[in-house]
Amino acid sequence: MGNTITEKILAAHCGRDKVKAGEFVEPKVDVALGNDVTAPLAIKEFARSGAGKVFDRSKVVLVMDHFTPNKDIKSAEQVKFVREFALDQKIINYFEGGNCGVEHALLPEKGIVVPGDLVIGADSHTCTYGALGAFSTGVGSTDLAAAMVTGKVWLKVPAAIKFIYKGKLNKWVGGKDLILHTIGRIGVDGALYQSMEFAGPVIEKLPMSDRFAMANMAIEAGGKNGIVAPDRITLDYVKGRSKKKHIVFASDPDAEYADVIEIDCSKISPQVSLPFLPSNAKAAKALGKIEIDQVVVGSCTNGRIEDLRIAAKIIKGKKVNSRVRFLVIPATPKVYSDALKEGLIEIFMKAGGIVSAPTCGPCLGGHMGILAAGERCVATTNRNFVGRMGHVKSEVYLAGAAVAAASAIKGRVADPSEI
Amino acid sequence: MSIMLKGRAHKYGSNINTDEIIPARYLNTSEASELARHCMEDLDGDFMRKARKGDFIIAENNFGCGSSREHAPISIKAAGLSGVIAKSFARIFFRNAINIGLPILESPEAVDKISGGDEIEIDLSSGTIRNITKKETYKAQPFPEFMQEIIRKGGLIEYIKK
Repeated sequence: MGNTITEKILAAHCGRDKVKAGEFVEPKVDVALGNDVTAPLAIKEFARSGAGKVFDRSKVVLVMDHFTPNKDIKSAEQVKFVREFALDQKIINYFEGGNCGVEHALLPEKGIVVPGDLVIGADSHTCTYGALGAFSTGVGSTDLAAAMVTGKVWLKVPAAIKFIYKGKLNKWVGGKDLILHTIGRIGVDGALYQSMEFAGPVIEKLPMSDRFAMANMAIEAGGKNGIVAPDRITLDYVKGRSKKKHIVFASDPDAEYADVIEIDCSKISPQVSLPFLPSNAKAAKALGKIEIDQVVVGSCTNGRIEDLRIAAKIIKGKKVNSRVRFLVIPATPKVYSDALKEGLIEIFMKAGGIVSAPTCGPCLGGHMGILAAGERCVATTNRNFVGRMGHVKSEVYLAGAAVAAASAIKGRVADPSEI
Repeated sequence: MSIMLKGRAHKYGSNINTDEIIPARYLNTSEASELARHCMEDLDGDFMRKARKGDFIIAENNFGCGSSREHAPISIKAAGLSGVIAKSFARIFFRNAINIGLPILESPEAVDKISGGDEIEIDLSSGTIRNITKKETYKAQPFPEFMQEIIRKGGLIEYIKK
């Protein structure tokens, strides 16, 4: 019996020929990531361990993206605490201020993660890098602390579910719609403790931005990691971004899967996940009149230049509905700068939108776009739990950039074909 | 050595997420005592008034789904609760609880049979859950040897200390 891509990457990082699903292993990590919410705790635990220095200052990555630009004194103190640690430890990849973006958009863009890497991050959406053919998973602060000491992490080798996407993609349907549909099908614990392997003819043609959006939300199905085998599209993306050596792994044809699920994409139209679970996925066109107060285009799921282009294409020459605050948050400084060069920022502003600095901000109810009781938001983010973007009586509707932009114009949840 | 924990049950449903356990608006601190004050706030605003030291959270499937924030198990532990018994846990919450030493037990049987308010006693070393109110006993899934070692040492940092 062969091995999955996930088993192979884990085996390689354990210095072994093979590992099997269910076994506990302690592989080496290539990247250990923390942010302004999780790193302070990790640093305190690191100090408690008695280790003086991190295992490798080039492999610890700290991104101050959640409550930045600092929203209040406490947040500023947390960032200062991490900054001082980064300076003291001579951490190479410390991001704050003008070089800082939303971590899971930033690291691939900067070439910090490459195919074949093993990445852990004290952030649940660390699974995003699976789109590059890396094994990448979210952990807690103490896990990050231990990895900063030892350069290793304890993991149970996950069993895998293979998702095969077939058929022709409908207009305006992208990676976000595919993953919302998939989570809708299997549920928020449908891949609990497991690896989600995305494959099939649709994935083989899918651009990196869509693959990132899919891998990003593996955690929303309970998955340990989401992964796409590297191909020409992956290697073209990595080229010129990184001097790191990459390794291309692929699942064996006879690899063992816990389940194989085929998805006919021709039946999928632009999706919206209703409150309060990402698994409440429905076709946007079937929802009737749900009036909204805010739209957010941004986040580690859909804040890339490709997402901004889609939103701009729909909104160009139109006006945002007067009842809606339309927030565009480019995920990284480069996305912002590219959007400026391409004239997208002007399109958003002329339509009545607000363009803000790269930050996780409203996605987790941090700042820069918090909802009042009774308010509704269509967001290209990844979670719509109770109170996620503000008041416990506010609501988040998850969607891709096309649905978000169409909804901003209509003032209600809308399908892009209505524009 | 057996570790016995005793308290009353507070019962909740499936997919209790980390935003409900500790909302992000409180994540600008990692002070355990402050996190404890807001434990379970967006799920049950009265939780901290109802919960007494030693009590248990009983939940259905996928407890702790969502964010990787260790602040969630920390808030439960610092609130003085004995631990969480669920049918299943989200994986990052599971790791975090083991790593920081918050007792968690997986037992579908216990969750089905325990009612809110029942007096519960657990023996962590054997994974036995005793319902004092109903005079019943349930078994939890035993932890793999590897995790028991982390638990015995008192958490991951103690485990990796030479």
